[in-house]
Amino acid sequence: MRHTQEFRDPQAARALLARIAESAEALGATPENPVRIMEICGGHTHAIFRYGLDKLTHPGIEFIHGPGCPVCVLPMARVDECVQIAEDPRVIFTTFGDAMRVPGTRKSLMQAKADGADIRMVYSPLDALEIARRNPGREVVFFGLGFETTTPSTALSIQQAAAEGLRNFSVFCNHITVPPPIKVLLDDPHMRLDGFVGPGHVSMVIGIHPYDFIPRDHGKPIVVAGFEPLDLLQSVLMVLRQICEGRAEVENQYARVVPEHGNPVSLAAIADVYEPRPSFAWRGLGEIDESGLQIRPAYADYDAEVKFGIGYAAESRHVEEPEGCACGAVMTGRMKPVACPQFGRGCTPEMPLGALMVSSEGVCAAYYQYGGARAEAG
Amino acid sequence: MCLGIPGQIIAVTDPARLMGMAEVSGVRREVSLACIATGPLEDLVGQWALIHVGFAMALIDEDEAAKTLEALRGLGEAQETLAAMAEGAAALEGRA
Ligand code: SF4
Repeated sequence: MRHTQEFRDPQAARALLARIAESAEALGATPENPVRIMEICGGHTHAIFRYGLDKLTHPGIEFIHGPGCPVCVLPMARVDECVQIAEDPRVIFTTFGDAMRVPGTRKSLMQAKADGADIRMVYSPLDALEIARRNPGREVVFFGLGFETTTPSTALSIQQAAAEGLRNFSVFCNHITVPPPIKVLLDDPHMRLDGFVGPGHVSMVIGIHPYDFIPRDHGKPIVVAGFEPLDLLQSVLMVLRQICEGRAEVENQYARVVPEHGNPVSLAAIADVYEPRPSFAWRGLGEIDESGLQIRPAYADYDAEVKFGIGYAAESRHVEEPEGCACGAVMTGRMKPVACPQFGRGCTPEMPLGALMVSSEGVCAAYYQYGGARAEAG
Repeated sequence: MCLGIPGQIIAVTDPARLMGMAEVSGVRREVSLACIATGPLEDLVGQWALIHVGFAMALIDEDEAAKTLEALRGLGEAQETLAAMAEGAAALEGRA
């Protein structure tokens, strides 16, 4: 185990770990027959590995790492489309740094930049707006990427561009939503999940009710969690308590940041600018109905797919994944990263083959950096 | 990339665009206050907010801000975010 972080409050952590162990014992959980809890958010995955929570909790608890890293679930075809836009000499392509190393079929954005494309890493879509204001002769495209936490930022930026009449700004929209892939996983007969730790910052925007279907239709508990280690332990305990007591509810461990009904301004901006796509392709999960967002026709001038005639706006597109990569099986929790034949060989954080190895929120990168879960620790 | 970082709102910079100045770990950065602007903008000055990709997304109290910042440092996220802010500033000049 490398670089595992100390707890700020070790005593509180010990107490929570002991109570988790009691609940696990009460449920008869063992390594052979574990309680399987999926943390949906990539930030949680990172925190679990960083603090070694997978090793510290009772051996009857198994963390299944969910599809909540937006960089990791981005299909290769979308990266190719980014590169295609960026290589247009009229374009200044702006992106979050996380997306730079995601491999495409031909090249990553990083390689495209090295080859001369004008690609700029920005912190915020507001930076992209400002670049557009300062470069009226160029087309500035922002790579809109992320779940509901990030979606309001591009929605508000598009509204701002429209208000200013800025015509050289557009967004290549790859925003996706959390609930649809969870439905897919719960409908998968091969998938056995006993409960969920829900994403804190996504819920800060959408509130807790979009998860109502999890207990209602599938009888599973979900606890929306903060990302500090004690938040995570507390949330795991709340999930176990629900299982012990035969309850299945949406609970909010992170109420200090997550309002029950989300953030009204953000939700209004999202609804104004975006609508669900009929379907969107996820790396490892395939096409999922109404899982992605597209820019409404009213804002078509700001839609890079329309402006450049690429992506879902193109006539035909082909989605391919790299050979010999087990990203799909790892993403759905069917395979541990170390079992992928490419892990640490053809695929490392320096030279990623699959997207799960790119971002610090990707499960393969977390395994690589911090050493794997119990299976690997022996 | 979904975690955000706590910052203190120190000034309103552009009321028409709902923009303000935030101080994040000693670094100043202009952010949008749109998502937290439920009352007069001036009331936000001095308050702490969770800032995500340049947007103040939720008000938090000072104690929460300190704890969150500590957790983010532990995860290496705080450093990454500050580096991203610097990159964003450089990108405006065409240097990144
Ligand atoms: S090790 Fe690389 S190729 Fe294998 S599943 Fe992980 S990201 Fe994909």
